[in-house]
Amino acid sequence: MNHYLSLILFEPLVGALVLLLVNKRNEDAIRWIANVTALVGFVISMPLWFWYNPSSADFQLVERAPWIPSVGAEYFLGVDGLSVLLILLTTMMGSIAVLSSWTAITDRVKEFYIFLLVLQTGMLGAFMSLDFLLFFLFWEVMLVPMYFLIGIWGSDRRLYSAIKFFLYTLVGSVVMLLGILALYFHNHTVTGVYSFDVTQYHKLAVPFNLQWWVFLAFFLGFAIKVPMFPFHTWLPDAHTDAPTAGSVILAAVLLKMGTYGFLRFSLPILPDASRHFVPMIVVLSVIGIVYGALVALAQKDWKRLVAYSSVSHMAMVMLGMFALNPVGITGSIVQQLNHGISTGALFLIVGIVYERRHTREISEYGGLSKVMPVYAAVFLIMTMSSIGLPTLNGFIGEFLILQGVFVASKAWAAFAASGVVLGAAYMLYLYQRTMFGKVENPKNERLTDLSNREFATFAPLIVLAVWIGLYPAPFLRRLETSVQHIMTRVDSQYAQAYADCGAGAPTAAQIAANPAAKFMASMPCDANGNPLPEKK
Amino acid sequence: MLLLIPLLPFIGFLVNASFGRRLTKRVAGAVACGAMILSFVVSVAAVFRLLSFDPESRVMAQTVYEWITSGDLAVPFTLRLDPLSAVMILIVTGIGSLIHVYSTAYMHEERDAEYARYFSYLNLFATFMLVLVLGANFLVLFVGWEGVGLCSYLLIGFWYQKKSASDAGKKAFIVNRIGDFGFVLGVLLTFVRFGTLDFQQVARSLANLGTETTFGTVSVITLLLFVGATGKSAQIPLYVWLPDAMEGPTPVSALIHAATMVTAGVYMIGRNAVLFGHAPLTLKFVAVIGVATAFFAGTIGLVQNDIKRVLAYSTVSQLGYMFLAMGVGAYAAGIFHLYTHAFFKALLFLGSGAVIHALAGEQDLRRMGGLKRDLPVTYWTFLIGAIAISGVPGFAGFFSKDEILAKTFESGHTLLWGVGLLTSLLTAIYMFRVVYLAFHGKPAAAPQPAHPEEEEPAAQAHAHSHLHDAPPAMALVLIVLAAGSVLAGYVGLGGRFEHFLEPSFAPQTAKAAADGGTGMTLMIVSIVVAFAGIGIATYYFLKNCRAAAVMAARFAGLRLVLQNKYYVDEIYDATVVQPIRIVSEDGLWKTIDVRLIDGAVNGVGETVGGASEVLRRVQTGSVRAYAASLLLGVVLVLGYYLWR
Repeated sequence: MNHYLSLILFEPLVGALVLLLVNKRNEDAIRWIANVTALVGFVISMPLWFWYNPSSADFQLVERAPWIPSVGAEYFLGVDGLSVLLILLTTMMGSIAVLSSWTAITDRVKEFYIFLLVLQTGMLGAFMSLDFLLFFLFWEVMLVPMYFLIGIWGSDRRLYSAIKFFLYTLVGSVVMLLGILALYFHNHTVTGVYSFDVTQYHKLAVPFNLQWWVFLAFFLGFAIKVPMFPFHTWLPDAHTDAPTAGSVILAAVLLKMGTYGFLRFSLPILPDASRHFVPMIVVLSVIGIVYGALVALAQKDWKRLVAYSSVSHMAMVMLGMFALNPVGITGSIVQQLNHGISTGALFLIVGIVYERRHTREISEYGGLSKVMPVYAAVFLIMTMSSIGLPTLNGFIGEFLILQGVFVASKAWAAFAASGVVLGAAYMLYLYQRTMFGKVENPKNERLTDLSNREFATFAPLIVLAVWIGLYPAPFLRRLETSVQHIMTRVDSQYAQAYADCGAGAPTAAQIAANPAAKFMASMPCDANGNPLPEKK
Repeated sequence: MLLLIPLLPFIGFLVNASFGRRLTKRVAGAVACGAMILSFVVSVAAVFRLLSFDPESRVMAQTVYEWITSGDLAVPFTLRLDPLSAVMILIVTGIGSLIHVYSTAYMHEERDAEYARYFSYLNLFATFMLVLVLGANFLVLFVGWEGVGLCSYLLIGFWYQKKSASDAGKKAFIVNRIGDFGFVLGVLLTFVRFGTLDFQQVARSLANLGTETTFGTVSVITLLLFVGATGKSAQIPLYVWLPDAMEGPTPVSALIHAATMVTAGVYMIGRNAVLFGHAPLTLKFVAVIGVATAFFAGTIGLVQNDIKRVLAYSTVSQLGYMFLAMGVGAYAAGIFHLYTHAFFKALLFLGSGAVIHALAGEQDLRRMGGLKRDLPVTYWTFLIGAIAISGVPGFAGFFSKDEILAKTFESGHTLLWGVGLLTSLLTAIYMFRVVYLAFHGKPAAAPQPAHPEEEEPAAQAHAHSHLHDAPPAMALVLIVLAAGSVLAGYVGLGGRFEHFLEPSFAPQTAKAAADGGTGMTLMIVSIVVAFAGIGIATYYFLKNCRAAAVMAARFAGLRLVLQNKYYVDEIYDATVVQPIRIVSEDGLWKTIDVRLIDGAVNGVGETVGGASEVLRRVQTGSVRAYAASLLLGVVLVLGYYLWR
């Protein structure tokens, strides 16, 4: 129990080490070991869902040990609701990615799985770290295996794409490191202690001009990762050329690093700068939503289309987050999960036919509904999930985001909602071009439908899509205290309101009359005016 | 009990969707029809229970579970049955059951798997439609609203191998999404304004507020919601998807695109009668859009040659009447028309389906004619439908349409009334034009099969000489609907229908009826107009066909415009679709993304590369050169400190 997080964290790495010892010609053994490792990793992470106590605002399952005492860096792990959900997403998508590669990867099998498993540890570490230097370490660790996954097992322009991915992210992270160091020294000036303890940083009141600079430094690092317009151009290339498993992980988990960074570091540590930069983020997000969707509409490459749809969806996530109210932030986190589920699935879907036909050109396909009916049904469900059909997951996230954004500004919400229209357009256009019509290309006539293994990669995603769509309460409950924590940091009015909770919630009419009271509306009181954490 | 109503068709959907490919047609059809009929039985039982309550407290509710709770947003998944939803569930399950039964025969030529797929979609549609009309708050309604949109998309594109079918499905979905854009914003604004999404609570919090005489928040909310209604219920400017939706199988057109789904927008306004009642400006707008759509679509219907397209424009037109009723505050009359229209329009569509079925897919009126002799059941039932929609006294359409026109006149909208009346003239003309062209006159040459995938020799052998009338399952349904098209209107006699619905639209009670004299005069005018329309159609399309040709030649320009539907599709394409396409592809993607941003990124890369190239030369390997530069460096650094 005490080392539970470490167990989840290093289990994939242990699997990778085991793989090192296996003869590389024994490919099936390698596949089995990798799959078992990833699946066990998912299974052992499941108790996290139950053991995490959503009514406590503290970081939980904390592990703490000195790491580099001379600079005050610690091996410091812990989770809250946000990271619990992202960790579970990571372990699940990790095992799906591994499973999806069984027949797709036939070259250098051993190295492939080793990189995939090391990547897994890197991502998990980033979500668990509460020490900023440790976070940075894992953040950089992720970069290397991904670089090789794209560069070695990728398609066409894989080297260009891999290097572009690497350099883009590296530039961002170098600048981010400067920001971390600035905070580190500031913390020392204030407290006299050298420490990278993030929970300590959460208590700092950083002067505004320092916040301003550090926010921009973090912004560059995180915005590239999200990716936000105009830092997004590495994404279509990386996605398009990455092998299926790489695209799935990239979309489902790696992009979340950026949004996670904003939520974990930028908002709570730099609240004033966060508020100050709302206009900039909103403008970039709104552009991203519309721009990503429009460019997706014009794509002729299946994977590139999905990649641009990611730009649009992640911009929506950013917009919800920077509405800076609880509903918007909650929606933003839920939508991160949803994006992982639906876009992950969409990349798997492209991967299935890519493996059979070795082309991503949309015009090469058409009429697949006839030859691959189960595949077409899965694709339809995931299309609907992606465009936010109620009863599926996408709607919950989108609606919460729109609700949060609407309270902050009606104009932003109108722009965001237009993304929903365009989303339907590019997805249905894609679906029509690939699934409908007659099978005109003779190469498509003999395509086989999903195998059991392939279906198994989709099954959990479909279950989750329906679960979040119909019954999101367990997810929302796990996010409540984390969101409250962020809110109390980022909005002093909210903190004040939270303190005076007994005063009773304002009515809707008051909110309409007084926009300043809008945050009070989101006050975490129940009907009796009690603060929510006390509610059971 | 309420949950059971949508749940039963959902179970049917699950069965056919999961095991459909292994089921025979008989089993698949029985499961789907059985689920619908059971749902109808439960609905009837529920409505009887509702009727046993006091008229004032006729509400039953069931909260299934808490759906979304986050911050101050709490949305329970609640179903609620009140008189308005009672009418709707009876229409949906009743007409729905009939159309399911009809489909078992109509779709019989499909392969087993396709047959099951068809019925699974149809059941799923019924599920969502029932959720839509039973939902107690905006979000549950929205679940149904989007769900029926999905099913409509799937069913329009059911023959997905046809490009036109999949195009039409996509168009329907996207145009509806444009409407939803407004609808969602309306819902958000409702929540911000009232702090709840529950219909009853919204109505209750409005009770103390006066109506908005200026354009305030409630007006904005209702206007946004109405944008959603124009999408779903095919009104100007978002009606363009409905005529194309005729690509779907004909029973689908009857169920989704005539009787139920397209009326959702009307229902939604009825559901929020109190809210709309507080925004007279929006209501006026609704009425104008409604009557304009009614007239506009009626004119297009006059000259279309595809039998289903005539009916489609007729549906758009009739929906316009319903919105006119809503707009002048005659909610009960609007819902009444919705209810009678469900019978006769379903009948007309299914009748056209029987014709199309008999002619192996032929839909062009110019290739029909003289079908009266070979298809007697179809002919007589279709005729009843045509009479009902034209507003001949004694038939269902007369009661409801007359009431809408009367209410419009009474509320002082004389101009709207005039246009409405003119539209009813058009209705009678285009409807009887179809009757005469299809069933009377001489048989046209042997029809060409229209469905490319049905190009079997057997289908081509269908000549007029041995046409088959509707098979039993279809004939039965036609007869039941024909009976309904006659009798349905009598429910409303003596204001009983209106009275029943009153609690749903309260607290606005109906105004006192106009004095008998005006009412009588209006009624006579309506009757005269209906018969005039039928007379005109009889003259031009039955008695004196050459006169029609002469007219067509004289007004060739107008006719061309009408036949091309005022070129609205072309205008939308030129002003919206193409610009978006060009901007996205050439502007955003190829210029900004590839050239500008990536150009900059690659430029930086190349600059760094180039710089390295230059710097590389510095590493000459000559120790003397290194020593020289070292010396230079030392001098510079020392010089800097000394200079300071």
